[in-house]
Amino acid sequence: MSELPVNLTVQDSLVEVLESIARTRFCDCYQCGKCTAGCPRASAMDVAPNRLIRMLQLGDVEPALRSQAIWQCVSCETCTTRCPKSVDCAAIMDALRCEAYRLGMTSEKQAPVMLFQKAFLDNIRRNGRLDEIELIAQFKISGFAATRSPRFLMKDASLGLKLQARKKLHLRGEKVRDRGVVHRIFARCQNGSA
Amino acid sequence: MNLGYYPGCALHGSSDDYEQSLRACFGALGVELNELDEWICCGATAAHSLNPKLSIALPARNLALASQRGFAEMLAPCSMCSMQLMKAQRLMSKDTALAEEMARIVEAKPNGTRVLNLIQTFELIGLDAIKAAVRRPLQGLEVACYYGCLLTRPPEIVEFDDCEQPESMERIVAALGAKPVAWNYKTECCGAGMTMSSEETVLELSHKIIADAAEHGAKAIVVACPMCAVNLDMKQAAIEARYTTKYGMPINYLSDLVGLAVGLAPETLGMNRHFVERKA
Repeated sequence: MSELPVNLTVQDSLVEVLESIARTRFCDCYQCGKCTAGCPRASAMDVAPNRLIRMLQLGDVEPALRSQAIWQCVSCETCTTRCPKSVDCAAIMDALRCEAYRLGMTSEKQAPVMLFQKAFLDNIRRNGRLDEIELIAQFKISGFAATRSPRFLMKDASLGLKLQARKKLHLRGEKVRDRGVVHRIFARCQNGSA
Repeated sequence: MNLGYYPGCALHGSSDDYEQSLRACFGALGVELNELDEWICCGATAAHSLNPKLSIALPARNLALASQRGFAEMLAPCSMCSMQLMKAQRLMSKDTALAEEMARIVEAKPNGTRVLNLIQTFELIGLDAIKAAVRRPLQGLEVACYYGCLLTRPPEIVEFDDCEQPESMERIVAALGAKPVAWNYKTECCGAGMTMSSEETVLELSHKIIADAAEHGAKAIVVACPMCAVNLDMKQAAIEARYTTKYGMPINYLSDLVGLAVGLAPETLGMNRHFVERKA
């Protein structure tokens, strides 16, 4: 087994990092379970949302970061909206994803979701706006490298024709004129928390 | 009315039928859409999942450009974009240090443009004005008004309608002569940006929405977000195959219905470019 990237002391400071990214306090949660009750993805998660928060309350950060649950979350904000204690559960999911990504602790089974987000950001950094064809190409290449699955590679192959039939396929994506400022914004946001 | 317009990536990509619909509809209502020059992507789920600072900075850049242009109001017809813009605005208004940091990062200072979703824009034009423009009432067409996640959530950020039982879209379609049905899934999630990265998620969630709308007698679902449209319309054939059923449920943008009612042809609104065909 590979060496763990975090030890216990680091886990303590990670709790603070996660709270500051999420702008919310884990101790506010009293475990009523309303977040999990309303979550449309709870049944597909290995760890339910309220249990993820319980792990963080107990300082048990690593299993939370390694859970596939955080990549199942669809960011629908239902948990945050319904929390009677105003815990921003959706922001906690974001914070866990950010840190799992930064520390290279993404659950392998959920790699495609992370790779898609990564390809999406790379694409915006280059163009300022999303180039759909370029995004799909990059996602498929990186996903195939990770999964070695021909099915993954070919799954959306017919999509192009269907889009083309409705004049929805744009072979050349848009770019902003001032891409320099986009690069600088990205560079300045790489420093610090993520 | 002179309105700022932030299209967002989807409306300049494969959801450009939505932009066609908006331009035709607002044109017929005498409202000019002024596209924000040099707008950049809001960052969407990718930014808030992987880089929290960027998820505030990208919207902040657009807000700054909008205030430089002097837009008092700006329409963001994608609910991911509108929520991200509103969220950045809200966070910066509560936290001066953050606002200053963002001004430095994005090389400009955002200053008070009001961001509107599509429903709010129709409300700004006014229900009475819309009613007065109706030439071909929708004759009691039964529709399910679908809000999805981010038009009403999180309520502290978007400050719009009731987050569990919204009614604003129902009031608009009723003004057009359509009949909104009562149903259970108007604020459930369609799977949003998982269309490509986790198709199974989208098929499961969107299936429940279409099934519930059909069960309550809807002849069409009305949306005000390009991602909702993609998942419910483009993925509908895959949903039908996956769950061995047939819905043929047309998915209309809210601007399609307003456009039809004020007398525009479906083709003018780009409705011939949808995946599920409209019933005559």
